[in-house]
Amino acid sequence: MLPIGHYLFLSAALFIIGVIGVITRRNVIVILMSIELILNAVNINLVAFSRLYGDVAGQVFALFIIADAAAEAAVGLGIIIAFFRNRETVLADEMDLLKW
Amino acid sequence: MLDKVLFYIFAGLAIASGALMVTRRNAVHSAIFLVTALLATAGIFLQLRAEFLFIVQIILYVGGIMVLFIFVIMLVNLDVALQQIQFARQKWVALIVALALSAQFGLMLWSSEKIPGQGIPVLAAPPASELPANSEAVAQSLFGNYLLAFEIASVLLLVAMIGAVVMAKKEK
Repeated sequence: MLPIGHYLFLSAALFIIGVIGVITRRNVIVILMSIELILNAVNINLVAFSRLYGDVAGQVFALFIIADAAAEAAVGLGIIIAFFRNRETVLADEMDLLKW
Repeated sequence: MLDKVLFYIFAGLAIASGALMVTRRNAVHSAIFLVTALLATAGIFLQLRAEFLFIVQIILYVGGIMVLFIFVIMLVNLDVALQQIQFARQKWVALIVALALSAQFGLMLWSSEKIPGQGIPVLAAPPASELPANSEAVAQSLFGNYLLAFEIASVLLLVAMIGAVVMAKKEK
């Protein structure tokens, strides 16, 4: 394996791209996809350290993160469908029912 | 040498498709580029000798979650959404946050070279030939040390499934 810094750099770059996506996009579906990218960046870190120390615990935690991502995507997309049915929009800044 | 080439190919693919995912206007294009980024990450997992996660990443992420995303993109009306502005007016916030995060990560990478004992570890990984069979080791750990966490994760998935059904159900 390459020095761990390579993997950390890749993971940090993907994380920052995901954060930029979450902040700048208006479409809620794309925001959810950016969150998936962030979770993926974290998984790279976990697997790289698991390889470095020769311990599979990191890979087990990466599996848990994938399970969490699946749960989050299912519930988030359910909310988006329910919201779209009521308000006919998927844009984050038009979701202002609680604001007055 | 092959390790290095594979890493740079997959890493470049992941970062390029991640950047394209964030910048494309059309949500379907974003989804396709996210699939590419996830597949490139699967390649990184394989390069790190995590074969089980490689398969899980492809089957679950690319085959499951992304199909769900594309279904929802088709369900909500995309033609209307495409006419609207796709980027919120938060460019400066994004720039500041990105710079702060880069500074933090850069400081960590820099300090590990300058200050001994700080930042990232410099020890060498065990050679690939000495690793145990991957799926077997993951299963031993998952059903041994982390059995409770595994059960909690299955309850979480059940709750998420019920929640998704309730959310998406039509009002009577």
